[in-house]
This record gives sequence, structure tokens and C-alpha cells, in this order.
Amino acid sequence: MNAPTEAADLVGRSIKESGQLIRRWFERLTLAAERGDPTAYVFVSGNLIEVLQAFDMPVALPEIYSLQTAVRHVAHDYINTAEDYGYSADICGYVKADVGIQLRGGEHPLAKIPRPSLVIASNFCNTYIKWAEIWERLYQTPVFVLDLPSTREAYHFSEIGSPGFERDRRYVEHQVRELIGLCEQVTGKKFDIDKLREALHHSNQMAASYRRMIELNRNVPAVLDAVTDGTAYLGVANALRGTPEGSAFFAAAVEELEYKAAHGIGVLPEEKYRLIFVGVPCYPIYRRFREMFTEHGGVFVNSTYMHFASGGFNYNIEYDLEHPIESLAAGALYSGALSMDKMFFIDQPLAEMSREYRIDGIVFHPIKSCRTVSTGLADARQAVMRLADVMTLYVESDHMDRRVVSEAQLKNRVDAFFEGMATRKLQRAASREG
Amino acid sequence: MTDVFPEWRDKPLEQVLTVCRDLLDDPDLLTVRRWREAGGKVLGHFQVYFPEEIAHAAGMLPVKLRGARIERTHADSHFGSYLCSILKSSLELALSGTLPLDMFVTHPICDAARNLAGVWNRNFDYPAQILYLPQNANSAYAAQYLRDEYARLQGDIQQIAGRSISDDDLRRSIALFNENRRLLRELYAIKRDTPWLLPVDEAYVLMAAGGLIPREEHNELLAHVIPQIRSRAARPQDKIRTVFSGGFCEQPPLDMLQIIAQSCYVVEDDLLIGLRWILEDVPVPGDPLCNLAESYLNRSSYSPVQHDRRKPKEKMLLQWVRDAQAEAVIAAAAKMCEPGLDEQLAYAKELDESGIPYFVTEFEERMTSFDQLQIQLETFVENVLFE
Repeated sequence: MNAPTEAADLVGRSIKESGQLIRRWFERLTLAAERGDPTAYVFVSGNLIEVLQAFDMPVALPEIYSLQTAVRHVAHDYINTAEDYGYSADICGYVKADVGIQLRGGEHPLAKIPRPSLVIASNFCNTYIKWAEIWERLYQTPVFVLDLPSTREAYHFSEIGSPGFERDRRYVEHQVRELIGLCEQVTGKKFDIDKLREALHHSNQMAASYRRMIELNRNVPAVLDAVTDGTAYLGVANALRGTPEGSAFFAAAVEELEYKAAHGIGVLPEEKYRLIFVGVPCYPIYRRFREMFTEHGGVFVNSTYMHFASGGFNYNIEYDLEHPIESLAAGALYSGALSMDKMFFIDQPLAEMSREYRIDGIVFHPIKSCRTVSTGLADARQAVMRLADVMTLYVESDHMDRRVVSEAQLKNRVDAFFEGMATRKLQRAASREG
Repeated sequence: MTDVFPEWRDKPLEQVLTVCRDLLDDPDLLTVRRWREAGGKVLGHFQVYFPEEIAHAAGMLPVKLRGARIERTHADSHFGSYLCSILKSSLELALSGTLPLDMFVTHPICDAARNLAGVWNRNFDYPAQILYLPQNANSAYAAQYLRDEYARLQGDIQQIAGRSISDDDLRRSIALFNENRRLLRELYAIKRDTPWLLPVDEAYVLMAAGGLIPREEHNELLAHVIPQIRSRAARPQDKIRTVFSGGFCEQPPLDMLQIIAQSCYVVEDDLLIGLRWILEDVPVPGDPLCNLAESYLNRSSYSPVQHDRRKPKEKMLLQWVRDAQAEAVIAAAAKMCEPGLDEQLAYAKELDESGIPYFVTEFEERMTSFDQLQIQLETFVENVLFE
């Protein structure tokens, strides 16, 4: 096969396929709703999906189906329904979009969302727990709070095997075993540890590919956009976690990205600025938001989103299939802690990432809806500016609520950011020549 | 022990109330400064609950950060727009130097508060950490986990205090705090059984003072005022008995509580619920950390920031209403407080189903105008009284 044909076959393949896989995932949810199959609701971070797969439970991810309403420009309909019901304008838009969906009997642009038979809500985000309480009240659904104690103090990480880590791991392992018991009650099935092993095996493979993808973006030019492509990959990573389809998808995606790296094929025809995105994307104007940067030659080569929302795939975890429960507990705890660090103690990691990925600028995008991700960003930005020689942009909007998104103001700020970076490049070039 | 708040001693009740009000309004945190000037160390902890006994056993002053009604000149540039006020004002106290600490502890009570450890770490030289109170309160392992977490915390506190803490030190502190909890229960019993003797704003200042002074002094203060409250000559008035909810973290302004007290007897509330989180005496014999952990989980109140299947929050509110023989609920929430706003709706739905009248409102610690609130509340009260 010659190079042009290879390029035509490969480049863009994984993004197309991710859309197909997510559509099929939605179809399975519709099927579960129609058949009344017991379905678990879980969140993208700290979910123990592999345990649910050992019970063949379909999994609904409310963050993913909620954000799809924003991408499809119908979130406001659902949010309005939730606010008419009584929810405040000042709470998470994901939650309100879901409440709107639930109050409409599961009606969603892409599927019929089944009611939950079981909810796993980790402490990764406190709103997960408050959200779960809504289903607990609406449907009397059992809610399992998965408590993953995280880093206590900045840069004092509990490494695997340390006494502190082991103390926490015992707590998490106990919870995993309690969850297995609850799944047995809900499904009426006996736990099959070999099915858990199989799911963990696929997760191991997906994680290895995922890490390689992120690593490949050190390449200049970058081979994936960490906001739009990254979100597509995250969708598959979460919805198809621990499955052969997910594993095959990521292996193929790596093949594509390796090819792009080897042939110098970047995200843009000309990559002028390499950027990091910090926060959650602006889904109400998803495509336009990206264009504000790409039209200046800016590419997001990394994002905190690809780290904290990947379910730990980005960290060097390989589940021990000989000890699946113990290893799952350790992996959930370790990756949960590192993921939370990417939100709460982000300044030094961002400074390091800036150097490793040859970054020109960092875009901080705090959103009204998500205080977990957003609360510390203004302060972290000040710290990063002291630690790293990069330009930064701080723009507030929302990931769901278009009432809080001002496109004109965003563009104005983004344009000024690029003007600043252009001037800086010129000054540096002049000083080198001088 | 340093006597950091002598102003109330030997004073009649009305003057004690005045000096306690002044203490809470004091932006300079005089008592904390006096403690430090005497060579003491200070551990500041954010809402809602903190095992103060451990800091006390190390000889430190545990100070409850509950925000402040102050002008924010430093903190606002460290935060975005859509956040509650208490986060910002607590940081302002620290950045301005008003609240000098030796250690800061926050908790995963909400998405915003968890971020405070990072913010503190980036801005101060002293240690700042998250105490991971168990969020799976229903796990059979939660008490053991919490005992271990307290032991970890104890180790950190010992380093900062520069002294070790023995089990007997802890037992003495537990006994002291048990006495404090007993006195607070007595104060709340007066408010519940004879609310005309103790309006909510007065009970509040007497309780909240405890977050700013050593518990030894607070116990003495409460023991001094409780008999005086009981012997007040006040008579019952035509006010409705209410439960106030929404004060578990950011605190409503004292003026707002006074407005409420004009037309309502607040016979139960969750103001600074962390100070009253543990409902019974913590056992003194045995492993003190284990006793503290089990009390936190199994002998405790409820709040919107803890999920516990044994304590559905809207059912707990109804229980409060029944136990206090309340006629109505004031379902308040601090602005931008996600857990509070979520729970406010859950309470409203439950109260609707139960046919209990309720008044919904939002507040911010920096509010200064209460005219509208007063009119709305009086209208609500009249409706309840004359329906």
C-alpha cells in the first residue's frame, strides 16, 4: 500500500469510528430501557465499570448523555425543565440536563435513557453524590458511594506500597467487595471473577494505548487536538471501558496517530502555537470554541481533561489479573488520587507539561457548573505564571448553559491572547538576532 | 492555659451577649491574636466538622473558619465568579494576615472547599491539607478507615505542635469537649422548650464564640450564662415555631437571624452544625481515636454534605420538625452553595408532601439589606398564624 492510500485510509479514521461506537452505545441504552434490563449509572471518574461488566450490566454515563444535549444545542430545553421543577440556576448544568431527561421519561436526542437500577457515585466530585441522591429520591435506586481518599497535601503523594497508601487501599478494597455484594443483590447473579479479569485485561490494553496517544502528542506538529479529538477519545474510553471493542478501537487509534507522527501530519496544516487546555470544554459552542484557536494556528496538544476524565488510563497502572479485586482497588485509588491532583494541585504538573510538550500558552477555562474543576484555577494560574515561561488565558463560561456563554467576549479575549503570543514570538526572534 | 476572652467574666447575660456579638463581628480575630501572642499555635479548619479534640490534645487552638463580613481586597483575584462567599472571605482573613495559622485543614464537603488545600498550599508556607472524612459512611470499614485517618492527622499535628499526644491527652480533651457538647445541648434545649427565653441570634452568638476561643473558656462561659437565661423574665409571644436549615457552612448574617427572631421562634437549626455534629458523649475509655471515629459516623447529626443511607436528609428534617414541635421551616441556602441549593429543593418537595409550611430564601454572609426578607417572612408568618 502506498503512502497516499494509507493516509486516506488512516487519517481521521478513529474519530469517525468513535462516533459510530458512541451511537451504538446509545442504542444499547435504548434497548436496555425497552427491555427493562437492570442498568447502572456511573460517572466518568471512579466508576469500577469492570465490576459491573462482570455482571453484564449495561452502563449509562450521565455526564456523556448530558453533554450530548449541549453539543446538539438542546441542553437549554432540559435545563429549563429542571429549573421549572425547582432547581437553582446556580447548580451544575449536567445535573439539570439529566433531571430534564428523567422528568421526560428518559427522552434524549440519541436514545431512551433507562432508569437506574444501581448508582455508583465516587467522591471524585461531590456533585456526583448529590446527583445520585436525586435518583435515590426519584426511583429509590440503591446508591453506592465509592470513597477514594486522595492526596492530602500538595506534592505529598502516597505512592503505591507506602503505609498511607495501604491504609487507604484496604478501605477501597473493602468497598469493592461491598459493591460486588450489592451487584449480586441487584442482578440476582453470582459474581464471576473471570469476567472481572477479562474486563481488566481489556482496560489494561486500552490504558496502554491511551498513554501512547498522549505521548505521541509531544510530536511537532501535534497529531491530535486534546479538546475535540480528546473528548471523542474520552467518550470511548469511558463508555467502552473494559471491553474488546474499546481495546480494538484504541489499538487502531494508536496506529493512526503513529502514522501521522511518522509522516508529519498534524492537526492543522500549519501549527503556530502549542497550547494546553485546562478545564472542561465549552460544549454549547463546541466547534466554534475550537475555531477561535485554530484560526490563529493554535492547537491544544494536551489538556487536563484528558487526564482527570480518563478514568486513570493516562497513569501507569496495569491491573494484576492474578489478584483482580486487590489490584482494582489499588488502581482506582492511585489513579483517582492522581486525577484529583490534576484538579486541586495543578500548578506544578502544568509547569512540567509546558516544558515537556513545548507549550506556548495555557488556556484556563473555569465553568460555572463545575466547582470541582474550576474553583482553584484563578489561583493556580498565578502560580503557573511564576513557575513556567508561558502565556496564559483565563476565560469563564460553562459546559452546558448557553446563558453563561458569551461568544463575542470569548473571541475578544482569545484574539488578544494570540496577539500577545505573536508579539512575544517576534520579540524573542528579535532578541535572538540582536 | 491562656485566658483569651476575659471580657465576659462576671458580666450579666445582656453584656455577655454584647461581647460575644462583638467577638463574632471583630474582623481582627482578637482572641486568636491573644492566643498567639501568648506563644500558642493555631489550627484553622474549614467547615463543617473537624475533630478538634486532636488539636486540643496537642495544646493547639482549633479555630473554626466560618468566613467573615469583611471587604475582600486580596482574595477575589484568587477565585472565579461563581463561588460562595465563605471561601473567599476565609482566604481573605488568611491573606490579610488577620488569621495567622500554623496549620490549615479543609474537608471534601463540597467541590469548592476541597480546592482550598491547593489554594492554601500555593499561598502560605505552613502546612495545609485535606482531611478525608469518609464519604461512604455505610461501609463496614468506614470507622476503621477514619480511625486510621485520624491517626495520620494526629501525626501531622504532633509535628506542628512540637509535642506528642498520648491517649490520655486525647481522653482529657474528649471529656472536655463532651462537656462542651452537653452545655450546647442544654442551650438548644432551652431554645427548643422555652424559645421566648433565647432567640436564635442570641443562641447563635453564644455557640459560635466556641469556635474562636479555647473550649475550657467556652464551657465556663456557657455555664455562666445558662442559669441566667433560664431565669429571664421573658414571656411567650405570638410567634411561630420554626426549624432553620441552610446554616451548615456559610453563615447567615447576624442581622438576618435577628430579623427571623422578630417573627419566629427558631426551635431547631443547623447553624454551625459541626459544633453539634456529635449528638452524645464520645466514650472516654478505650481507643480515643476509635471512639471519635465511631461517634462521627454513628452518633451524629446530618447535613447536606454527607450521604448516609441511614439519614435521608429530608426525612431527618421532618424528624427535627416533629421533635421540636415546629410549625414551619425556613429552608435557606447560601448563594452559590451547590449542596445547599440541591437540598433546598429536596426539602421543599418533602415538606410539600407532608403539608408543612416552609419559607425559601437565599443569603450571603455579606448581605446588608433585609427589608425585603423581613416583609416576605412576616407575610409568611401571618399566613401560617391565620390559616
